[in-house]
Amino acid sequence: MRGMSVRHLAVVPAYNEAASVERVVGSLREHAPEFDVLVIDDGSTDDTFDRATAAGARVLRHPFNLGIGGAVQSGFTFAKERGYDFMVQVDGDGQHDAGQIEVLQRTMASEGVDVVCGSRFMDDSGHYPAPISRRTGIHIFAFILSRLVDGRISDPTSGFRLYNQRAISLFARDYPHDYPEVEAVLMLHHHKLTLREVPVRMFTREGGVSSISSGKSAYYMIKVLLALFIGLARARPVPEPGEAAAVSASQGL
Amino acid sequence: MDSKIQIVSIVGAAILLLAILDLVRRRRLLERYALLWLLAAVVVLGLAIWRDGLEEIASAVGVAYPPNALFLIAFGFILLLLLHFSTAVSKLADQSKILAQRQALLEERLREAEEKLGDPEKVEEWQTT
Repeated sequence: MRGMSVRHLAVVPAYNEAASVERVVGSLREHAPEFDVLVIDDGSTDDTFDRATAAGARVLRHPFNLGIGGAVQSGFTFAKERGYDFMVQVDGDGQHDAGQIEVLQRTMASEGVDVVCGSRFMDDSGHYPAPISRRTGIHIFAFILSRLVDGRISDPTSGFRLYNQRAISLFARDYPHDYPEVEAVLMLHHHKLTLREVPVRMFTREGGVSSISSGKSAYYMIKVLLALFIGLARARPVPEPGEAAAVSASQGL
Repeated sequence: MDSKIQIVSIVGAAILLLAILDLVRRRRLLERYALLWLLAAVVVLGLAIWRDGLEEIASAVGVAYPPNALFLIAFGFILLLLLHFSTAVSKLADQSKILAQRQALLEERLREAEEKLGDPEKVEEWQTT
């Protein structure tokens, strides 16, 4: 296709995001033209697939809903199989600003890290408009995670992330199931991959329903805390092909 | 020990054992899932028949009424079986996730191939890559 040139992939996980996915894809094509756009239609029941295809994205369509972890992991697998050098993850609900991808890229180039994560809480000027309960939960994770990985993490639930080939390769093989972002930070630490955060501005959601509805917040908190502390107790061995499936883990290639 | 409860225990355990064997025979139950069931049924049946052994176990763990020891052992097996099923379900969930992902990736590859085949110029390009 493009021979030996550096290849970029933008992965947009989308579950029932017909209202916003066209705009997200359009904005990526406009602001980040070097990125091929791959939408993961995670078993949507609305016309997310048609809207995304019409907007000019490639689309992976899951036969049923796998959750955000399974959706993003399909993106990692795609990136790995097609030999992409960099992958950026951008939410399908339109809260991430495609114009800020270059901020992530600049940081990756200058700091030489494996993953760059866009943070809502590093920039003092912009107040992220989220309910206080949500922000409190995020800060609790940030506090715990910062101690576990010996480095300040301000926004561990942010899904606005840029990955290099090493990170793509790791997460294609093993990515957490349900609410993966927090656990993924710990995985990076265990596998000695480096992560930097940069302040970015984010929008409020354009449409659809957040994967974390208020009713599920408590479940989310408990699940992620369990995953974090159990994650500490295991070296998180990555299963090799042919081995018994490790729960919450393997992508059998 | 009360002989009535002993008869009930023996009959119950024997029916369970036969039912498991029959399920395996009719291929309704995979051997790998039947093993734990068989072990449970054999142990319970054995202790129901061998009264002295059950009484010894009961006094060893401090259960006053020996048939209760039998229930305790059966309960232990049930917990074990449930845990076994939870791990089996987790494994299936993980495998079905991988299947769904592979399926989606393949479907996309097929769409891509079909798009290129639709255009004669691109067929060549596709064949060379």
